[in-house]
This record gives sequence, structure tokens and C-alpha cells, in this order.
Amino acid sequence: MLRKAQIMLAFLISTQLVGCANLGVQPWERDLLAKEEMALDAEGNDLGLDDHIYFSKEATSGGRAFAGGGCGCN
Amino acid sequence: MQLISKNNVTGKTKKVANVNTALAAATCALLGTTPLVQADEGVWEMDTALLYYGETDRVTAVEGVFSAKKDFGDEHIFSGKLVLDTLTGASASGAVSQPNAQTFTRPSGKGQYVIGAGEIPLDDTFKDTRVQLEAQWTQPLWDDMRGSTGVHLSKEYDYLSISVNGSLAKDFNQKNTTVSAGLSLAFDTIDPEGGRPVAFSEMVIDQGQFANEQAYQAAFDATRQENTDDKSTVDLMLGVTQVINRRMLMQFNYGYAKSDGYHTDPFKVLSVVNDQGLTQSLVHEDRPTERTRHSFYWQTKYALDSGVADISYRYATDDWDINSHTIDSRLRFNLTDNTYIQPHFRYYQQAAAEFYQPFLLEGTTLPSFASADYRLGEMTAYTLGLKYGMKMPSGNEWAFRLEYYQQDPKNAGFEAPGVLQQLDLYPSVKAVIAQVSYSF
Repeated sequence: MLRKAQIMLAFLISTQLVGCANLGVQPWERDLLAKEEMALDAEGNDLGLDDHIYFSKEATSGGRAFAGGGCGCN
Repeated sequence: MQLISKNNVTGKTKKVANVNTALAAATCALLGTTPLVQADEGVWEMDTALLYYGETDRVTAVEGVFSAKKDFGDEHIFSGKLVLDTLTGASASGAVSQPNAQTFTRPSGKGQYVIGAGEIPLDDTFKDTRVQLEAQWTQPLWDDMRGSTGVHLSKEYDYLSISVNGSLAKDFNQKNTTVSAGLSLAFDTIDPEGGRPVAFSEMVIDQGQFANEQAYQAAFDATRQENTDDKSTVDLMLGVTQVINRRMLMQFNYGYAKSDGYHTDPFKVLSVVNDQGLTQSLVHEDRPTERTRHSFYWQTKYALDSGVADISYRYATDDWDINSHTIDSRLRFNLTDNTYIQPHFRYYQQAAAEFYQPFLLEGTTLPSFASADYRLGEMTAYTLGLKYGMKMPSGNEWAFRLEYYQQDPKNAGFEAPGVLQQLDLYPSVKAVIAQVSYSF
């Protein structure tokens, strides 16, 4: 299951990169990227709440943002 | 890693202060005149959320969030956040189920609780209120460079966490590439009710063997260390954000975290069982005082014709031997110009910490460290959710989220003796997450 997921992921990344030899856009081509929901921090409160839940219930934290510190949550 | 301002990467425009300003600007543009002063200051953007998290027979948490953000002009951005949460209910103590009822002393030393035959030992004394405050300032520095700095504080009855962070981000390639580096320093202090248990000390259970209350208290106190303990964490994060094409954006982060100090959970115990699997005593857990973690994170956002696909993968590893894989995906479908639904799927898998043990065997040498906390054991978990959002004519937005989260702990190769073979040592944890958000 995991192995398959890893292969899928590698395939996904490689096809995306191969398909985009010329990365980036011109300033006037940012219409879609400029949408609010395309921002990496869109839904900031949802992401923060999720980080807190998974930080409390699982052994790994961070990745998207800093991992350290936190709370004594159970 | 992402700084607060994504504007340079995505070219995201700020909310216009009001319609009049926009109209005035448009009129000036049409007439070919330049307004004398163009106010560049944005409006306050407020986001609020109320979250309910409820596990079957275990913990219930209610969390309220209020966050505010404002651009004071030229991308000088302040953002602040206030979080309040309350936690009640029961948490797995780490002890194993038994074919007979078990009596436990509460972590405070005051009172006992009894767990029935075959039931999972849950400590139902959890009750806590937490407040969290965050403030972050981000601004351009020089040559397409942005700086950001912030503070974070989290306080609950027996725990305090304070951290400061700073980061730099630089744009290249017509702002299609952003490279960033950040550092965070956190300092946590813990002062648990009833004191911190002495490592591997035996839980004192009053079963009538003490002459009086003082004798019991003296025996209990002998298992406790006085004063507070602490933990410091250094976090380093390096990130690259790349615009791939008109529809796609990618982010790669590497995170390094090193923590020193008290990592033990003062409320967790281990059962010491004999070769028939019967509990002979309960001892308090002990974890290493250092932990070094590495994480590799990849995220892609893709703009569909009417929606957004957001997929991320994280691989994390540490010197406690906990390796984990996380896949998270959100697919937003716009139903109309003002409404959308967003299914959410998350899959998580972790390996057990090297010192994780579901129980200790009587008569064997005590390990250097041991914990029976299932959160350090092998497990898989998944989340399935759906969010519905609607933008009001005023521009304010309501959103509703409902999710199901299930954790399935696994046996990491431990052979259960005797009666433990018939008991559930790795019970699943099931939770419902419900959230209402309002942005204005």
C-alpha cells in the first residue's frame, strides 16, 4: 500500500516537472494563481486547528510550519 | 515554509478598502488623472472559528479561534491570533486491560478510579483550559526580500509554552520562485498536578495497607519530584515555493527540530505483567531527554476550472525511530460563484518509537526508557471530511466542516502473554470533528 503510494507520488512529481521545463508565468498570467483559495495559507484557521489536533494525537508534527513547542495536550 | 504574505508568490490582491475607493481609482484611470494620495492601507480581515472535537468515550475538546490580519501599506502585514480551548474527558493511561477490575490512583494522588474487567484503562480526570496568543509581523526588506517575525504563547493550568520566530524569504525569477529560511525557538515549562513522577516508580494504590492518610501521602510523595521541569526546542525550516504554470504552485520544505528537556508524559504508566499476562504493578513511564526530528514536506495547489486541488505529502523521521508518512488532500469544487464544497482526505502512518512497549514483563531487566503511550506506537489513521462554504453578498463568508477521524494502533511485534491474548491491547480511537467558521 505504502510502496504503491510512494511510486505514485514519484510518478506524479516527475510528470509534473517534465511537463514544465519552462517553470513560471508572466505577471499577466497570474489570474488563477491570484485567487484567494490558491494562496498557500488559505483556510489558515482550519490548518491551525488541524495541526493542533494531530500534534496532540500523533507522534509527528510540523512540515508545513514549525514543529516545536506547543502544549501539554492529551 | 510560508511567510504570512503570499502576495508576491501568488500575486494575490488585497481586499479593497471599499467600493468607493475602487470606483474613484477606476474613474481616475479612465480620466487619465492621478489621485493626489492613494491610500494603500488594507482593511482588517477577521477570521473566526469554533471547533468541536469529540472522541467516543474519551476526550472532548471545544476550541474557539479569532484571528485578525491587516496590511498597513506596502505589504507591512500584522497578523494576530487568539485561541481558547477546553478539554474534558478520558485519556488512555497506558495500562493494559485485564480480565478483572483494576483500581488506579489519580495522577494528583487524590482519589482513585476503577476500570472494569476487559475495559481499556482510561484516566477520566482530564480537564483543562488553554489560551494561546500569536502575533506576527511581515514586511518587505530589500531586493525582493521579505522578513517576518513573531511570538507565540500557549498557557494551560500545568503547561506554558513560549516561542519566538524569525524568517527571511527572497523572490527570484519574476517572483515565480521564493526561497525562505526560518528559525523558531520555543521554551516549555511543565508543572503537573501532583508533581512529576519519578521514572519507573510504582503507582501507589491505597488498598487499605496504610495505617493512615499521612502514611499514604508519604508513600505517594516518595514517587514524585518537586519543582517544574522544562523543554527547549530549536526549529529550523528551509523552503522553496515555485510557480509551475498558470494553474500550478508547488512548495517544498525541509524542517529540522531539536528538543532538549522533559519529554515524558507525567500521566502515563506501564503495566508490569507476569508470564500469564496478569498485572503485578504499574510503573510511571520515562522518555529520553533529547529528540531530533527531520521533516520533508511537499505541497501542490492546482487551479481547476471551477475549484482547487490541494495535495501534500510529508515524510518525517527522528532519532526515536518514529518514521511517518502523511498524505493530505483537499479538493474544492465551486458549486456557484459564491458556494463551494470541499471533500478532505488524510492518511497517516507511523512506526513505533524504539522505547515504546505496550507493557513490561515481570522479572526482565528494566529498559533505559519505556512508554506505553499508544501515540508513540505503530499506527495508521485516516480523516474523511466535507466542508461547505458560502460567501454572502456582503463579502463575508460562512463555512461548515464535518470530519471523521480514526486511529488504528497496531501491534509492532510484541508477543502478548497469557490472558493478554484475549484482550484488546490496541483499541481504535474514533473522533468527530465539527467546525463553523465566519470570515469578515
